[in-house]
Amino acid sequence: MIRTLFSGDLPRSRLLSAMLLAVLVGLALAPFLFHGARSLNVAATICVFVVLVASYDLLLGYTGIVSFAHTMFYGIGAYGVGLALHGMGPSWWAILVGTAGALAVSLVLALIIGLFSLRVRAIFYAMITLAVAAAFAVVASQLSDLTGGEDGRTFKVPELLQPGFHLIDGEILGRAIDGKLITYYLVFFSALALFLLMLRIVNSPFGRVLQAIRENDFRAEALGYRTVIYRTLANCLGALIATLAGVLMALWLRYVGPKTMLSFEVMTDILLIVVIGGMGTIYGAVIGSALFILAQNYLQVLMAQASASLSGVPLLANLFHPDRWLLWLGVLFVLSVYFFPTGIVGRLRSKALARRAP
Amino acid sequence: MTTISHVAPQDAALPKVKVDVLPLLLVPLLALLMLPLVGSFPTWVTLTIAGLAMGMMVFMMASGLTLIFGLMDVLNFGHGAFVSVGAFTATLVLLPMKSWVEADSVLMNLSVLGLAILLAMLVTGLLGWAFERIIIRPVYGLHLKQILITMGGMIVAEQLIHVIWGAEQIPLQLPTTFRGAFIVGDAALEKYRLIAVGVGLTVFITMFLVLNRTKVGLLIRAGVENGEMVEALGYRIRRLFVGVFMAGSALAGLGGVMWGLYKETLTAAIGGEITVLVFIVIIIGGLGSVGGCFIGAMLVALVANYAGFLAPKVALVSDILLMVTVLLWRPQGLYPVAKR
Repeated sequence: MIRTLFSGDLPRSRLLSAMLLAVLVGLALAPFLFHGARSLNVAATICVFVVLVASYDLLLGYTGIVSFAHTMFYGIGAYGVGLALHGMGPSWWAILVGTAGALAVSLVLALIIGLFSLRVRAIFYAMITLAVAAAFAVVASQLSDLTGGEDGRTFKVPELLQPGFHLIDGEILGRAIDGKLITYYLVFFSALALFLLMLRIVNSPFGRVLQAIRENDFRAEALGYRTVIYRTLANCLGALIATLAGVLMALWLRYVGPKTMLSFEVMTDILLIVVIGGMGTIYGAVIGSALFILAQNYLQVLMAQASASLSGVPLLANLFHPDRWLLWLGVLFVLSVYFFPTGIVGRLRSKALARRAP
Repeated sequence: MTTISHVAPQDAALPKVKVDVLPLLLVPLLALLMLPLVGSFPTWVTLTIAGLAMGMMVFMMASGLTLIFGLMDVLNFGHGAFVSVGAFTATLVLLPMKSWVEADSVLMNLSVLGLAILLAMLVTGLLGWAFERIIIRPVYGLHLKQILITMGGMIVAEQLIHVIWGAEQIPLQLPTTFRGAFIVGDAALEKYRLIAVGVGLTVFITMFLVLNRTKVGLLIRAGVENGEMVEALGYRIRRLFVGVFMAGSALAGLGGVMWGLYKETLTAAIGGEITVLVFIVIIIGGLGSVGGCFIGAMLVALVANYAGFLAPKVALVSDILLMVTVLLWRPQGLYPVAKR
């Protein structure tokens, strides 16, 4: 049963299994385990990022495509739902229309970019996506009549998902069953389903072909696989799932804006998570996202303390300034590309493998 | 054994290399085409000069990148970091020597600008050396890792700038005599833009001469065509790599100083923002081609300026549209480099 659910691709390391289980239980019971709006927000962000990063892993880790347009698709999803809800009022129809529209736009864009530039080398694709994504972000923030410009748009979600809505009176385990909770579980279960779907994809014959292309595209072509088509398909799949992640994020935040949805910082976050978590493992997305988002929210507190205690030393205090946390993650990123390119998950797996067969 | 009879006579000229002139015509053609659209001649002159100035600055930043790519097959996604570092290093000269900057004398202004540029190029050149050694050397030939690692280097460099210079914007003052504009007829020509055009042209001509008239240039061009062959002939191509990487980084630093003064405010993101434009330019020019890069830079900047005047909304995506148009015409860029 569990084997089927995980598509035969089990964690294969006891420590990794424990970590995954901890993340899963933590996320599943987050509303009851941790109180306060902030921790629930952290949990929801982790859910969305697991999907977003795993869909990027599909490209980077499995197919060997470096794309910088992943936030663009994420943003399309978020804006699609956001603008539909803003324009059509809070109804389930609006969500449906917005999601469908966003998926269609993403698919067309991914196809065009893919067919246009995936024929040539990886570097070319990386540069083109970088340019297109930058242009898209500028356009989105400039078309302020439609998108609300830099301020973005806030909107209302259907009644069931509104924080003021109560499904039942009273509390369960000290928690009111309100719209926020329902939204959280909508995000959580969608994320879980999408994650398992991606696990299914990468462990299918299709996924094997992607890995073959990553390892040696010339040989894959020689074996009779049309690499361009497989690459484009992987690209479209990644884009569609990223779009869905954007939809979930928009529903959770009830807000869309260029800073949170389209900025290049989101792209660097995805890159950092995927590499530190482990490229080409899908599970890396879970571990990476959990660690990264937790660090983003709580590491800064630690760094503030370090900075305060070092306030006498001029440069060191700056090094530990809470805003400089990205510096340390950047260093970690560079080191992990060199020394453990398969990330945390790959490291744990190879250790487990070494122990099993001494 | 008969001697080979068809050896060319010693003094016979080599067969002429066919010059591909079409891309060369693009820039003047574009400028002329826009003249009736813009309508007034003085506005057109101002726009064109502004475009050329911007193009020159972009060229300075892009030329190093394209050369590095052509020779070493390394695309440095962290190239923007050198731009930022160059611009910030210039503040080390421009801020303490404020009196020279504010002095109303061309000589003092020029020397302080020259000093700033010299320091910036020195620092970015050395940084390029370190970058090549530490970051790039272990990943030669591995494209995926190159992209990731240089991206990581960029993030770290940007954060280090924050650490050293603080997170606030730094206002930069243009030297006094470079401010304002010459009025020729009805057209206003901003002085600083003319200076940028001058510096850019100097860089281009120097580069052109070095590449085409010196032995080092010959080796670099040969390395772009076929690196293994150059090695087989007994040249240490690794040294060439390091030299070109340093020169390319220094050029990015120079571009950074000029660009920073042009914008008159500095943020650490300055390099990252320009990277997109630089990439578009080198794609248009053909990856690895310096001449193509020059034309690409002019085209992108001119189109951006004209579009900004004629249809501001279109200007937002004009770079992409231009790139798509060029690639539809020549999928490998204006001047495709032979081996790719």
